[in-house]
Amino acid sequence: MSGPKTLYDKIWDAHVVHEDADGTCLLYIDRHLVHEVTSPQAFEGLRMTGRNVRAPEKTIAVPDHNVPTTLDREKGIENEESRIQVEALDKNARDFGINYYPVNDVRQGIVHIVGPEQGWTLPGMTVVCGDSHTATHGAFGALAHGIGTSEVEHVLATQTLIQKKSKNMKVEITGKLRPGVTAKDITLSVIGATGTAGGTGYVIEYCGEAIRDLSMEGRMTVCNMAIEGGARAGLIAPDEKTFEYVMGRPHAPKGAQWEAALAWWKTLFTDEGAHFDKVVTIRGEDIAPVVTWGTSPEDVLPITGTVPAAESFTGGKVGAAQRSLDYMGLTPGMKLTDIKIDTVFIGSCTNGRIEDLRAAAAILKGKKVKDGMRAMVVPGSGLVRAQAEEEGLAQIFIDAGFEWRLAGCSMCLAMNPDQLSPGERCAATSNRNFEGRQGRGGRTHLMSPAMAAAAAVTGHLTDVREMM
Amino acid sequence: MDKFTTLTGIAAPMPLVNIDTDMIIPKQFLKTIKRSGLGKNLFDEMRYNSDGSEIADFILNQPAYRDAEILVAGDNFGCGSSREHAPWALLDFGIRCVVSTSFADIFYNNCFKNGILPVVLPQEAVDALMEDARKGANARMTVDLESQTVTTSDGQAFGFDIDPFKKHCLLNGLDDIGLTLEKSASIDAYEKTAAQSRPWV
Ligand code: SF4
Repeated sequence: MSGPKTLYDKIWDAHVVHEDADGTCLLYIDRHLVHEVTSPQAFEGLRMTGRNVRAPEKTIAVPDHNVPTTLDREKGIENEESRIQVEALDKNARDFGINYYPVNDVRQGIVHIVGPEQGWTLPGMTVVCGDSHTATHGAFGALAHGIGTSEVEHVLATQTLIQKKSKNMKVEITGKLRPGVTAKDITLSVIGATGTAGGTGYVIEYCGEAIRDLSMEGRMTVCNMAIEGGARAGLIAPDEKTFEYVMGRPHAPKGAQWEAALAWWKTLFTDEGAHFDKVVTIRGEDIAPVVTWGTSPEDVLPITGTVPAAESFTGGKVGAAQRSLDYMGLTPGMKLTDIKIDTVFIGSCTNGRIEDLRAAAAILKGKKVKDGMRAMVVPGSGLVRAQAEEEGLAQIFIDAGFEWRLAGCSMCLAMNPDQLSPGERCAATSNRNFEGRQGRGGRTHLMSPAMAAAAAVTGHLTDVREMM
Repeated sequence: MDKFTTLTGIAAPMPLVNIDTDMIIPKQFLKTIKRSGLGKNLFDEMRYNSDGSEIADFILNQPAYRDAEILVAGDNFGCGSSREHAPWALLDFGIRCVVSTSFADIFYNNCFKNGILPVVLPQEAVDALMEDARKGANARMTVDLESQTVTTSDGQAFGFDIDPFKKHCLLNGLDDIGLTLEKSASIDAYEKTAAQSRPWV
């Protein structure tokens, strides 16, 4: 197919190994990221069938979901099942000779933060991981998406995936963002506008001035939540910011290879006139700092809003909204800023990067966490943590009364001991507010790091613009 | 993987929209390194009280639906994480087919790797099947993959679309990896070309 192509078309075409008459393709995978939760059964499958890892040099593993983030991590993992899972990854990484960042390596962290940080993620690549937030890597103009464990095994054994091409969707954020509005507000607002199934069947390309203006960290935050919008992947065309971020990273190309790579990367953009099957445009000026009120990431409202009534929705959403309101313990009509918070969690693959910590620290500087609240910062990787310490951010968090943790997924999904108790209400910078996500009965409000920091100071959901 | 050809069984109605993978199998059960044994924790937080006792009115705890093999569910079933533990838990419980207006992408794919058939139908059809499922254990629904139909207990049939390749694999219980390895020569050739054109990868 010639004619104008989208960025997605270009990356797709460069990776087709084989195409069947019905359009089913075998797609080559450039990078396979692996964590401890979704991989043990896949490695077990390889052993049972006597198969090997086809490209161990393109396979990168790091434990993140189960690891303790308290400072006494070196003592080991108390929960037996968690420990067995991490030990299984240790062993699988060793037995199959794949790249590995063990728990006590300073480079360890959340897989979607470690990949870009180490230069494994590069523009134009296909990147997969047994984890839905693989979409994060799309910020580099890489086609990146989550897969299930059977597909993990498939990629380990063949370095390919059986895929059908998705449709093209464009999400354009025009103009400039207003002060206090961040990448997280963009991505949540898009989901609020399109719904959690709005992107189903599509790969989204985010574009427009407001996206261009974002740092690489911000772009990763936007792409990270493409999955919450139902899309297979989110993409942003690489530009000078991307190249600058990538250059010099441990696994980025060097010398003549860098030049060759750069020449190709510069062709990775959507051609003039290329066709999109669906287009959504949002004015950057119209985006406010937002929070979620319910138990679906589409339950998004500007912080200046009020809790909606279930009847204000239609169809099956009426019942779901009522269930959310009951679960969240909220009354329709109440101001969002009157919602009291017990706990603040800053971290996750959505907002656990250095820029996120800077934004939160800027709000917290010289202030204290409201009495009686629990607040923690969990950096996305050991290197983010080290950098934050060097920049003096860690001290700001500690002085404000935050716990300063080691890297991991932590309370994003509460597989390790960091969990909410029933009814405990949390301002979180992560990506999912599902029932029980942060602990059984726990109530999650999603927001940006600056908004979470503001809530920590006041003890209730707060419009960060009032503290700037 | 078990084949899926035709299935006649009890269908449980779950009209809730956006049933996510954290509801299907909460994360505390993801710590296993096996695929089996998750059925008892399917829908754990909706199904059991914190003391482990059953929540009587949860659909799969009701006598009529304890042996359900089909779920008829609200929009966007299986949204959320990529955990294949969700289809593993459904399968281990005995669910072989889920009907909805829409599924989340990764969940949908994961079903096919485990011999579960996800059926996408328009709203009116799902509404009719939901009604039929509400009739309880005496009303058995039939799902036929070969003819691509779901038939209610009173004989109303709805045709559904499905990708031909996925249908073929499910009907024959084929293992994807085995199929792909037959194309090893193509993969070798691709790698050789890519080593020239994108040597930095
Ligand atoms: S931080 Fe949360 S969303 Fe990201 S990979 Fe870990 S558990 Fe998944």
